Amino acid sequence: MIETVIKVDGLSKRYRIGAREGYRTFRETLVDAAQAPFRRLAGIGKPVPEAETIWALNDVSFEVKRGEVLGVMGRNGAGKSTLLKILSRITEPTKGRVELRGRVGSLLEVGTGFHPELTGHENIYLYGAVLGMDRYEVTRKFKDIVEFSEIGKFIDTPVKRYSSGMYMRLAFSVAAHLEPEILLVDEVLAVGDAAFQKKCLGKVGSVAKEGRTVLFVSHNMGALETLCHKGILLEAGGKAFEGEIHETVSRYLATSHETSENPLASCKRVGNGKVQVFNFHLESPNGEVLRTVKSGEPVVFCFDFENRSCGPGEKVSVSFGICTDKEYGLLHYYSHFSGVYFTDLPPKSSVRCALPSLDLSPGNYLLMILTKVSGETADWPQVFLPINVIGSDFYGTGDANLSTWGPLLVKGKWYLAEAGVNQSQ
Amino acid sequence: MAERDNIILIESGKGAAALDLRELFRYRELFYFLAKRDIKVRYKQTILGGLWAIIQPAFSMIVFTMFFGRLAGMPSDGIPYPIFVYAGLLAWTYFANALSASGESLVANSNLITKVYFPRLIVPAAAAIAGLLDFLVASSLLVVMMLWYGIYPGLSALIFPVLVGLTFLCAVGSGLWLAALNVQYRDIRYAIPFLIQIWMFVSPVIYPSSIVPNQYQWVMALNPMAGVIKTFRACLLGHQAIDWASLGISTLIILFLLVSGMFYFRRMESTFADVV
Repeated sequence: MIETVIKVDGLSKRYRIGAREGYRTFRETLVDAAQAPFRRLAGIGKPVPEAETIWALNDVSFEVKRGEVLGVMGRNGAGKSTLLKILSRITEPTKGRVELRGRVGSLLEVGTGFHPELTGHENIYLYGAVLGMDRYEVTRKFKDIVEFSEIGKFIDTPVKRYSSGMYMRLAFSVAAHLEPEILLVDEVLAVGDAAFQKKCLGKVGSVAKEGRTVLFVSHNMGALETLCHKGILLEAGGKAFEGEIHETVSRYLATSHETSENPLASCKRVGNGKVQVFNFHLESPNGEVLRTVKSGEPVVFCFDFENRSCGPGEKVSVSFGICTDKEYGLLHYYSHFSGVYFTDLPPKSSVRCALPSLDLSPGNYLLMILTKVSGETADWPQVFLPINVIGSDFYGTGDANLSTWGPLLVKGKWYLAEAGVNQSQ
Repeated sequence: MAERDNIILIESGKGAAALDLRELFRYRELFYFLAKRDIKVRYKQTILGGLWAIIQPAFSMIVFTMFFGRLAGMPSDGIPYPIFVYAGLLAWTYFANALSASGESLVANSNLITKVYFPRLIVPAAAAIAGLLDFLVASSLLVVMMLWYGIYPGLSALIFPVLVGLTFLCAVGSGLWLAALNVQYRDIRYAIPFLIQIWMFVSPVIYPSSIVPNQYQWVMALNPMAGVIKTFRACLLGHQAIDWASLGISTLIILFLLVSGMFYFRRMESTFADVV
């Protein structure tokens, strides 16, 4: 029988938030300021009204067995960090209980135990003690820690002179070398360069292979899918889904889209207005609406058009442009580049452009739409629409950690040629 | 590993449970490293370094000797005023530094408290013990002065370590209260220097406790540092017998401060990470 290592039962956590303040006059503010100390004193120990509190975690239950890697996902504020904070005993739950079997190690924002004036060497011991290791344990692993961190000769330099990357590497290295039965990992991969991120992911993976239990919080779907077996999805403090990792990831992606109002409905436009695009979305080739695109996967751009005053036979060319979130242009593609014009559009229509693969690296991109009718600009909404691209197993090697050095991904054939053979002239 | 098969239970309201001494013992390394860190960091990037530990009480002694000893003619139980006041200042400076470090410790270490679990009690205790090194350094000047004035302690000096321990416990006891309150009410941060100043004036640091009229001696005894400083002087300078009754009362009050401080601290502990 496989042992249950983490048992979470009806876990809830309530936080206090400030009371909403309406409009106040200057006089009220002054009177308030004068009364504040007395009111605060009088208010000590009184129960907090329900309206001023928020349930960051609400009745969450799940179990994790020994050796399992559980991915925890959810949007910002869904309660992921609160869950990890309770599991690592930093804060107490308001209701519910947790049973943990074994030593818990947490990688929550690693490096916070470092003191800037102390050297790397001294900080390794201090941080080790913070994480509950004893001196001999740290001494035994000291060499491995230094080696893994790639700090080398800077080990006797005060950490205040470290670059932020060195600082992070050292911190992760200490935390990764304590051998807990249960490891809690929270977004440690958000920092450091790509190579080190990969090394960290590898370490988390090997910890799991050694039969230890890992709880992994991340926004990196690729990493979640490669490392985890199971996943839970949190939404507004409650558990929205629990199950096999791939299913949890797709549930998360389906709900993660911001359901704000359509920016195309209320934006400024340039052009003569013969046609107007009123909606845009992305689809997979089999018609599934996509909120996020995976690097290298096929995608269909769907533009919903209204034909307002196009004459019969007028040639419509639809285009879209994609730029990085820093508004650095990447591409601009008109339908007529491929020799396609649309004529005699019905009053409402959906123009589509299917790409066999979107070779963008993971990140946030912006899309603009420009339409010409008979060579004149007809519709150019002055708004950028967001496109989120997430990592995937682009190269088919089982590794979803893609380079984010630049926006483009390429895939080609690498081979070795005999020296001198291809040197013409 | 002993805790391998232990089940850790996380529940609401567990913070008010009794002091977990076994857990504190397991984290003794952290206590040691935090204290070491505070010592190492204390005089980094200063020119005078550890000399500051002597400079502070030494200059206070000079100023107090000029104003209280010479100009105001403060009595000093028949021993030279400079050594009289320095002995008092020595104990007081350690107490004051330990108390303020301890009271500020939770807020100062908020980055640790909100990110890692460990028994929080370690933080104010480690902060209070770090000042001991300063105390030892400053003591060297007292030894020099004792040789200079030809004042030698008797057998009663054996009680000296006990007094240092009591001073530490008094600083931790009050420090626990202040540290826990400081997390919630930052007013404490401004109150601490003020409190220390007032406390010094109601303690026999610059004056002998003998100037307090007999019928008010019991009021003085309520201040635990009064008994400790009085005994501190008596045991080192040997000018009067140790007042065991007064030391006993001080010890009881210090223990009360410590136990109540720990209880309050444990009660508030669970909310530190949320509030700090």
